[in-house]
Amino acid sequence: MDITVIYYLVPSLIMFCCGVYGFVTRKNMIAMLISLELMLNSVDINFVVFNRYLFPGQLEGMFFTLFAIAIAAAETALAIAIIINIFRASKNIDVTDVTKMKF
Amino acid sequence: MDYSQFLVMKQEIALLVVFLLVFLCDTFMPKRSQGAIGWISIIAFAVATVFGFCPDLIYATGNAFSGMYSSGTAEIAIKNVLNIGALIVMIQALRWAQQDMVKVRRGEFYELLLVTLFGMYLMISSRHFLLFVIGLETASLPLAAMVAFDKHRYESHEAAVKYVLTAVFSSAIFLLGLSFVYGLTGTLYFDGIAVATMASGISTLLVISLAFVIAGIGFKLSLVPFHLWTADVYQGAPTPVTSYLSVISKGAAAFAFLIVLWKAFGTVYSQAWEWMLYALIILTITIGNLFAMRQRNMKRFLAFSSISQAGYIMLGVIAFNSLGLTALMYYVLVYIFSNLAAFGVIGAIENATGKVHMDDYKGLYKTNPRLAFTMMLAMFSLAGIPPFAGFFSKFFIFTGAINQGSVAIYVLVLIALINTIISLYYYLLVVKAMFISQDDCTIANFRSACSERFALWVCVAGIIGVGIVSCVYNYLYQMA
Repeated sequence: MDITVIYYLVPSLIMFCCGVYGFVTRKNMIAMLISLELMLNSVDINFVVFNRYLFPGQLEGMFFTLFAIAIAAAETALAIAIIINIFRASKNIDVTDVTKMKF
Repeated sequence: MDYSQFLVMKQEIALLVVFLLVFLCDTFMPKRSQGAIGWISIIAFAVATVFGFCPDLIYATGNAFSGMYSSGTAEIAIKNVLNIGALIVMIQALRWAQQDMVKVRRGEFYELLLVTLFGMYLMISSRHFLLFVIGLETASLPLAAMVAFDKHRYESHEAAVKYVLTAVFSSAIFLLGLSFVYGLTGTLYFDGIAVATMASGISTLLVISLAFVIAGIGFKLSLVPFHLWTADVYQGAPTPVTSYLSVISKGAAAFAFLIVLWKAFGTVYSQAWEWMLYALIILTITIGNLFAMRQRNMKRFLAFSSISQAGYIMLGVIAFNSLGLTALMYYVLVYIFSNLAAFGVIGAIENATGKVHMDDYKGLYKTNPRLAFTMMLAMFSLAGIPPFAGFFSKFFIFTGAINQGSVAIYVLVLIALINTIISLYYYLLVVKAMFISQDDCTIANFRSACSERFALWVCVAGIIGVGIVSCVYNYLYQMA
């Protein structure tokens, strides 16, 4: 069986949608962060697969993925630091409780 | 490798030098002289700002890194505009940075601010999506740390978590769109994408991925329907950070948006993104206006006002001609002065009394006439009342859009005009509270700090001067 580009794209899109679903439905901020990671990683898969199958002569997508992974790590570190701050302030990281400001 | 290409990025290098200077001072200066850090960074950054205006030194236009980075006169001009705004924000932040809770980390505040500005520079000058994404994240991640800067206030944390989660979510959506653009065109250079989309024509996948890209940047610009984080973050963040978010970050994102849409997707203007922006602009202006009416907290009120102002800024993007580009730069400049004046007054009052509610402003004219007058000028300029700069910026941005010529744009400008009249209602609500309301003012007369007064004087001069002194517009027009 030939593994074509579509065999990668469908799982990566499903992964992205899982990430969006998790981001919207999860109540725990760490779980939301994990969902975000899922979304970012599925995008990385997209880039690598497009590069490998459609444009094998170049490395643009691969390099983009490398940078995207580094950026995602920075984002996670920052978000976790802020969530720890929230936890210190309120002993709770449930998003339904982070509602002091509302309109 | 040819190292001389680094000389193309002169403004970035100047900014880096300022950053390193502040960083070294913050690290190695003795504790007792740390108070000077604010002034050191302001003076160093002021030198860098002036440096940006020296034509002989700065006009090294050209490309670097095999076309990933490009600096033309328009980029230099918009960076100068952002520099002016950032300088005013830094001056306004001085008083806040001297508070006991913030004092120990004040060097970090200036460092983070300079780093985000560096990211915005990269965003503006990039001609390759890799550099663009790096710039975007460099601009938005340290901002989350700045929003969380008031460690003793719970609202600050709440705002930061809301900001960082939506920022990461939006960049994920942006990257998804980008990955499909890459799959379709096989390149991430703006020029390459333009050529490839021209050759292949429009496809459904291109439109969808472009929608994702626009949604991703729309989050940063807080366009409706991607605006939900704005009000909460603006309210919770420390006031200097809020003013930075609302003018500099927004202005840079608008200009980067323009560059991406024009340079990378300019060939599919009418088929792909004109109608998307059309819908976004109408929604942004209208909903921003309608929600601004019911806000009583001044910072939330200005958040929704800034959402609707972002809609006007986008008119310069949809114009798709050089007049629109000039108008956008001019609009951002005027918006910087007007909004920073408003935030300057709010910050001064908050620092002195801790009050940010609109009802507290009732009768402010009796106790603090100068602050009330400055606030009135800012409101008039934001609303676009004639002798002030806000009128001229709105005038130019409408002219630029109309020059594009289609009937749809005429309708769009008409809707924007009607919304300008609606916006008068809520801007004048503040003026009414300050001047006409007969209640006793709860804010006693106070003397604001010298730095705050200086920043406000600069803003007032900008509001009155920029509209009348035509060389400002001419400068931007020549640069664009």
